[in-house]
Amino acid sequence: MRYIDEFRDGELAKGLAEAIRREANPARNYHFMEFCGGHTHAISRYGVSDLLPANVRMIHGPGCPVCVLPIGRIDQAIRLALEAGVMLCTYGDCLRVPASEGLSLLKAKARGGDVQMVYSSADAVALAQKNPDRQVVFFAIGFETTTPPTAVAIKQAVALGLKNFSVLCCHVLTPSAIASILESPEVRQWGTVTLDAFIGPAHVSTIIGSRPYEFFAEEYRKPVVIAGFEPLDVMLAIRMLIRQVNEGRAEVENEFSRAVDRDGNKKAQQLVAEVFEMRKQFEWRGLHVLPYSALRIRSQFAEFDAERRFSVGYISVADHKACECGAILRGVKRPQDCKIFGSVCTPENPVGSCMVSSEGACAAHYTYGRYKDV
Amino acid sequence: MSDARKAYVRPLDIKHGQVDMAHGAGGRAMAQLIEELFARYLGNEYLAQGDDGALLPHPGAGRLVMATDSHVVSPLFFPGGDIGCLSVHGTINDVAVMGAKPLYLSAGFIIEEGFKLADLARIVQSMAEAARAAGVPVVTGDTKVVERGKGDGVFITTTGIGVVAPGRELSGRGARPGDVILVSGTLGDHGMAIMAERESLGFESPIVSDTAALHGLIEAMRQSGADIHVLRDPTRGGLATTLNEIAGQSAVGMMLHEKALPISLAVNAACEFLGLDPLYVANEGKLVAICAEHDAEKLLQAMRAHPLGVAAAIIGTVHADEHHFVQMITGFGGKRIVDWLSGEQLPRIC
Repeated sequence: MRYIDEFRDGELAKGLAEAIRREANPARNYHFMEFCGGHTHAISRYGVSDLLPANVRMIHGPGCPVCVLPIGRIDQAIRLALEAGVMLCTYGDCLRVPASEGLSLLKAKARGGDVQMVYSSADAVALAQKNPDRQVVFFAIGFETTTPPTAVAIKQAVALGLKNFSVLCCHVLTPSAIASILESPEVRQWGTVTLDAFIGPAHVSTIIGSRPYEFFAEEYRKPVVIAGFEPLDVMLAIRMLIRQVNEGRAEVENEFSRAVDRDGNKKAQQLVAEVFEMRKQFEWRGLHVLPYSALRIRSQFAEFDAERRFSVGYISVADHKACECGAILRGVKRPQDCKIFGSVCTPENPVGSCMVSSEGACAAHYTYGRYKDV
Repeated sequence: MSDARKAYVRPLDIKHGQVDMAHGAGGRAMAQLIEELFARYLGNEYLAQGDDGALLPHPGAGRLVMATDSHVVSPLFFPGGDIGCLSVHGTINDVAVMGAKPLYLSAGFIIEEGFKLADLARIVQSMAEAARAAGVPVVTGDTKVVERGKGDGVFITTTGIGVVAPGRELSGRGARPGDVILVSGTLGDHGMAIMAERESLGFESPIVSDTAALHGLIEAMRQSGADIHVLRDPTRGGLATTLNEIAGQSAVGMMLHEKALPISLAVNAACEFLGLDPLYVANEGKLVAICAEHDAEKLLQAMRAHPLGVAAAIIGTVHADEHHFVQMITGFGGKRIVDWLSGEQLPRIC
């Protein structure tokens, strides 16, 4: 495939692996967090870790929209489907996330809830048009990548004069999550988690550009390299980070220059600003309640806000006691350190969100890498 | 139905008519549906017996294989086929991969009230053509009609019977360390054809289902004289699920080579677009063969010489592994597990 295979070339990977080995200082360890689940997925699926020297350790970050979604938010969506009787539409990944009382959206569907998988927010608007006698709610989740399409859907609904379409908005913001990790006691006070640098998000950065990460590089002295989701992108980013660390630099560099620039997509940013505003606080799975870390629908679009239309309040729900998703999302633990990993918690019966999404750290390790544990 | 009764009965209006509850009620309308549609297209000396079961000649020496499969597919018509030919091919293949010569099929229809007779006729004609081409007649059947909203157009269950020649041993338990794994062609074509049609994805290069009966290919493979230990058709769950099943049954591990996997450019691109892995996407006209190492090349050549095996490839090997892992050397040079599929593959968010 043009523009894909070039970034999965095994011969180039060998050369790059050799360069990384050459440049990595054997006298020290390198701890790099790949923020995005897309990178975690690529690293596991292509076996990138096998090509890295032992002193370069990748830490899986919280950048998976499904993994950071707290139970209470899924409960809200389920209540809408089962109690308010709406047609609830959402992306495929969300359907299996465990909620309260052993439910998930898939199980709610089996109980009679009208839950529909859609490929885009536009599909949800189309369903509302096709079903004028039903209330259609789009359960919108994701980082900055999926926010502009949700804004488009709301504006489309306005233009079409739809009275039966609304959005349960759970869009979250990348910089807040990175800040929360860097401010966490494990990193800042106790030093139990060493973080030398970040691989920055690919798709998110196409929207927000590379500028928002400059703060982390300057304030926290952490190098950031924004990288694409192909395995060669990831390896190239690792080499760039090793160089920065070796040279004592802490800058934002852009490996993904084929899609990302410093300022991002201004039109998309404008659209998002028009439709959404900051929430004062939002609970994240594993990262607790973070200030100004998520978006809600502005009051002039209130009629398209499912939380207001159906008065479904948010109720926080604690995670399963034995589940270590929170610690795994912050890089404090690895999936295989969790007591229930691979025994009680499996992709067939996920207890925590990290086991649900194919981009989750636990699912990625279980699906692609658990042969290393035996 | 007798000629005398026929005179009073208006013939089926296949062009404009719809299935109604009477077509499944066991009365005249049902007899008419069977006679004017099912028997008309699927007819043969056994079906013509008209009894509840078919009286069949004894296959002679060897053991019988029987396999049954229910077919529920949406949409019912897709590029490269429809539920009719699929229901014939699927069951013939289940019988054939046991090493048997498929002999007879039965077909059970569950039809939803309101289903267009024209569409039903298209499906039956397609079944008839598939059964004729495969040389495996439908010899008995059953028809039920369910109320509107309680079905999804039409469901078809087919059962196949075949006979295995004495001395031929094929089973999922037969893979041994040192064996070689082959596939008969490109992977994921059927599943992606269905998905593209169902979701109206409209890819630039249309993807066509690979639905086909494989017993001819299997016979050609048998005639090569290669020592084949396992045959399986990787349908739902794709190649990955099938290999995990075999690894578990045979208590072995497997190592695949990603670069050797035959996957068409269009399927690869569509999977990439949707965030799916072609190893888990369904096939309906492909088989996996596991054979002794020394015969692998001979078997490969025999497969490639058959029209349904032109893109056959050697994709990996079997080894001892107490965990029964199916692993893969990625095209990138790393290693990973090719795990069981959990539930359905769901597209990723971003």
